[in-house]
Amino acid sequence: MILFLAYSAVLLSFASGLLALMMNQRQYVLEFSRYWFKKLPNDNERCQSVITGCLEAKRFPALLRQAVFVLLGLSGVFAVLAGLSVLISKEIVTDQLSLGLPWLPWHVRFDCLSGFFFLIVGIAVSAVSLYGPGYVNSYDESQHPFAALGLFTGLFVAGMLLVLLADDAFFFMIAWELMSVASYFLVAFQHENSANRRAAFLYLLMAEVGALAIILGFGVLAGFSDGFTFDALREAHLSATWANIAFMLALLGFGMKAGIVPVHVWLPEAHPVAPSHISALMSGVMLKVALYGLIRFCFDLLGDVHWQWGVVLLVLGTVSALGGILYAMMQTNLKRLLAYSSVENIGIIFMVLGLSMIFMANGHPQLAALGFLAALFHAFNHALFKNLLFLGAGMIHHQTHQLNIDMMGGLIKKMPKTSVLFLIGCMSISSLPLFNGFVSEWLAFQTALQVDVLNNGVLRSLIPVAAAALALTAALAAACFVKVFGLIFLGQPRSHHCDKAHEVRDKGMLSGPALLAGLCFLFGIFPGPVISLINGVAGQLLGETLPNDAALGWLWLAPVSASQASYAPPLVLIGALIAGCISFWYLRRNPATALRISETWDCGFGGLTPRMQYSSSAFTMPFRRIFAKVWIIDEQIDKDMQGAMNQDVAAVHYHLQIQDHSWPRLYYPIEHGINKLAKLVGRIQTGNIRVYLGYSFVTLIIMLWVIS
Amino acid sequence: MGDQLMNWLIAILQTLLFVVLAPLLAGWIKCCKCRLQNRKAPSIFQPYRDLIKLTYKQPVVSEQASWLFIKAPYIIFSATVLAATVVPLVAVDLPTSASADVIVMVGFFAFARFFLALAGLDVGTAFGGMGSSREMTISSLAEPAMLMAIFTLTMAASTTNLSFAISHVLNEGLVLRPSFVFALAALTLVAVAETGRIPVDNPATHLELTMIHEAMTLEYSGRHLALIEWASQLKLMLYGVLIANIFFPWGIAETFDIQALGYGLLAIMGKLAVLAIFLAIAETLVAKMRLFRVQEYLSFAYLLGLLGLLSHIILEAAR
Repeated sequence: MILFLAYSAVLLSFASGLLALMMNQRQYVLEFSRYWFKKLPNDNERCQSVITGCLEAKRFPALLRQAVFVLLGLSGVFAVLAGLSVLISKEIVTDQLSLGLPWLPWHVRFDCLSGFFFLIVGIAVSAVSLYGPGYVNSYDESQHPFAALGLFTGLFVAGMLLVLLADDAFFFMIAWELMSVASYFLVAFQHENSANRRAAFLYLLMAEVGALAIILGFGVLAGFSDGFTFDALREAHLSATWANIAFMLALLGFGMKAGIVPVHVWLPEAHPVAPSHISALMSGVMLKVALYGLIRFCFDLLGDVHWQWGVVLLVLGTVSALGGILYAMMQTNLKRLLAYSSVENIGIIFMVLGLSMIFMANGHPQLAALGFLAALFHAFNHALFKNLLFLGAGMIHHQTHQLNIDMMGGLIKKMPKTSVLFLIGCMSISSLPLFNGFVSEWLAFQTALQVDVLNNGVLRSLIPVAAAALALTAALAAACFVKVFGLIFLGQPRSHHCDKAHEVRDKGMLSGPALLAGLCFLFGIFPGPVISLINGVAGQLLGETLPNDAALGWLWLAPVSASQASYAPPLVLIGALIAGCISFWYLRRNPATALRISETWDCGFGGLTPRMQYSSSAFTMPFRRIFAKVWIIDEQIDKDMQGAMNQDVAAVHYHLQIQDHSWPRLYYPIEHGINKLAKLVGRIQTGNIRVYLGYSFVTLIIMLWVIS
Repeated sequence: MGDQLMNWLIAILQTLLFVVLAPLLAGWIKCCKCRLQNRKAPSIFQPYRDLIKLTYKQPVVSEQASWLFIKAPYIIFSATVLAATVVPLVAVDLPTSASADVIVMVGFFAFARFFLALAGLDVGTAFGGMGSSREMTISSLAEPAMLMAIFTLTMAASTTNLSFAISHVLNEGLVLRPSFVFALAALTLVAVAETGRIPVDNPATHLELTMIHEAMTLEYSGRHLALIEWASQLKLMLYGVLIANIFFPWGIAETFDIQALGYGLLAIMGKLAVLAIFLAIAETLVAKMRLFRVQEYLSFAYLLGLLGLLSHIILEAAR
């Protein structure tokens, strides 16, 4: 039953992709239906007329789009159901599909860990498919064919689900490649811009290098075992060195997909150019699938984790979290900013996962379970709010044709519903109490505060530093999203497009983000259910759950013990409502003090124009000065002079460019090296066919010599 | 059950006391400062009069303002009041300290600040944007420093529940812990920065080039301004109580009888009065810093907090 649900989710997403292909085949479908109407004894005139009505040239595209997204949505719903049922029943279901290599059929295994990630994928896909029909309407069919978009979206979702189901290395890699390649086509969807093609190629390149690393990682494991099924790989006994090598390979491969610093550079390039609902899926879900891969590889396949790995994850995570948010703050392109913020959140997840590994290796499985729980809960939350924010960015782009936040402003009045949804996303991601982001951050702090139990002095002083970095990250995230919300929605419109914008009309486009926003709030108030589900995952994978399940009621959250730390979000909500209502009621009751609407005071200066408002670069200027070393800042101020002695300033041009350190430090040297190598190889490529025949001959002789 | 109810009642009463006493502390500080600067002091009840006056005035709202601008004062005030419920004022062992621990309290401050900064950006004046930008800069450096100082305490007491942590310090007796000295210094520096006092911000002036907190609230008037002012007075008192009760908890009521509670109230009022005098002296002696010196000041606080934590882990966590 559980597997049936999971398979249906996969098949439905394939079906939605295939259905999208029908977009350009209206003629054939029409002829096909006519053929069957003739052949069948048709006593049902109405049915026939309905079908031909649907196939009319005007209605067909819209209906097909709806149908594709309905199938995709159903796939999401089935994924949620499958995930929930396995999480609740805590079963492990296995199966074999007679596909794949003759001696290695595809092995399928569906356990709590897969189930939890199924849940994440399912929720995100459902929200996206509510949002999709309205959003893709804006694409010009001749330039951006829906068939391609729908097909690759379906394949992409199917690939992600199959990765989660795979139970042998071959199947895993096939599903992984399906996911990567399908998403490459989605990034390259608007390929008429050279920037998009470049971003897509960069993405593909890094995805494939990552995949190579993963294959090598599996190879190391397979070298010590007799087979490629995960069961066989679990049995492998590796020496410490080989285990380290396997871990580093897996970290490189999965880290590249997850977007950990310094292999994050594809994220800020690829996410802005993909359609918004695709960037939502990529950022919200695909990064989580990479996380799944890492967890599966380290905790499940490798088995006994080393504390050094935890330290590696902790350090990389800290660097990613701080670097991600600092770079995010400097961006003016909204989706680029969100992409960098994904780097930050993945960094936080890696940090907590590293803590979990450290506790695990030091013989504190309960604390390891706590860290694991915090990491997975943050992954879940990030999937919700990052999806919400990307979909919100899509709505803003749809209505204003802008992604530059310096050109926006005042949208809270033009798009009130969008603004509320976006505000909820911003509050969750800034980890404010009452929203889900705060709960996972709270759990992360609780994990870090348990450092007292460790014996190792280095770890004992390293972990508090990481906690300090986490606190700094959270505070910077709040500043970053104050900037985002403030510049986009508040103040006066900074461009004509924004001034003329209006609310999204399509109900579906609002309901997708609304679903996510509702969940963000719901799990901020009642985190208990999700946490107890993750507790099951920890129980199955680590063999240990949280110390006292009883403390995890629906009302209270006391992960370690009630006397150590507790948080009761429902009570906090009630308190907030009471305090707010009393002050509101008390102050509003006098009609003599009703509001008076008047001009803006502005200290009496007057004459405000939208250009006088703070811009993005102005808002972040103090940060730019304080953390100057983090970026490569290119700031130029040019003055146009005029007048008698050429001394009057006519106009000032301000130019600011902020570049990532990883390009000149890491990628340009690599590029340089590869070019050099290619030139060396180029020397033997003379272009003369006789020489090439000579090469073949020499190769043949050497091969024969080797064999004999 | 009756006990539970009693505890909740005391917790709520204590919160009310917090809210009611906050303007008094602000008045007392102003009074001390005036005396130190050879000026004639206003009555220490002047802040109450100001608040009442503001509530009876008709608020003027800019035509550019959105709903966020009008709702923000209520949100800011509520979040600050909620933060106050968490902090033990006269008695420890409160149920409210269990429903939200000290990390949540920092979260409430962040919540209030988030909306204050958004409200500053809402009308679209340059002053508002300037204030928001500066406030977020300072707080993003101050918040981690504060967490570090607090973590030192919570790790020593191995709980993040403020009530339990304070009782732990009480039961330990008078021990000079190096980590606590660092943490006290860090928390004091942060408190000065976060409540907008000299040398980080000057609550008494509206000079464009230097103002931070005041720049965000320039457009507010009437009851909205009253709420924001009250919230910032409450925040000042909260930091005072945190410092007083964490590092000098003696006198706080551990049982809920009238006598203990009375002593607790007297003790905290005495401690706050002394702290206020120190603050007034510091504000009189020290000049305001340039804005870009504040980062050095706050990184120093951050470093102190970290040192406190490390010295706890390395020196004190006897195992």
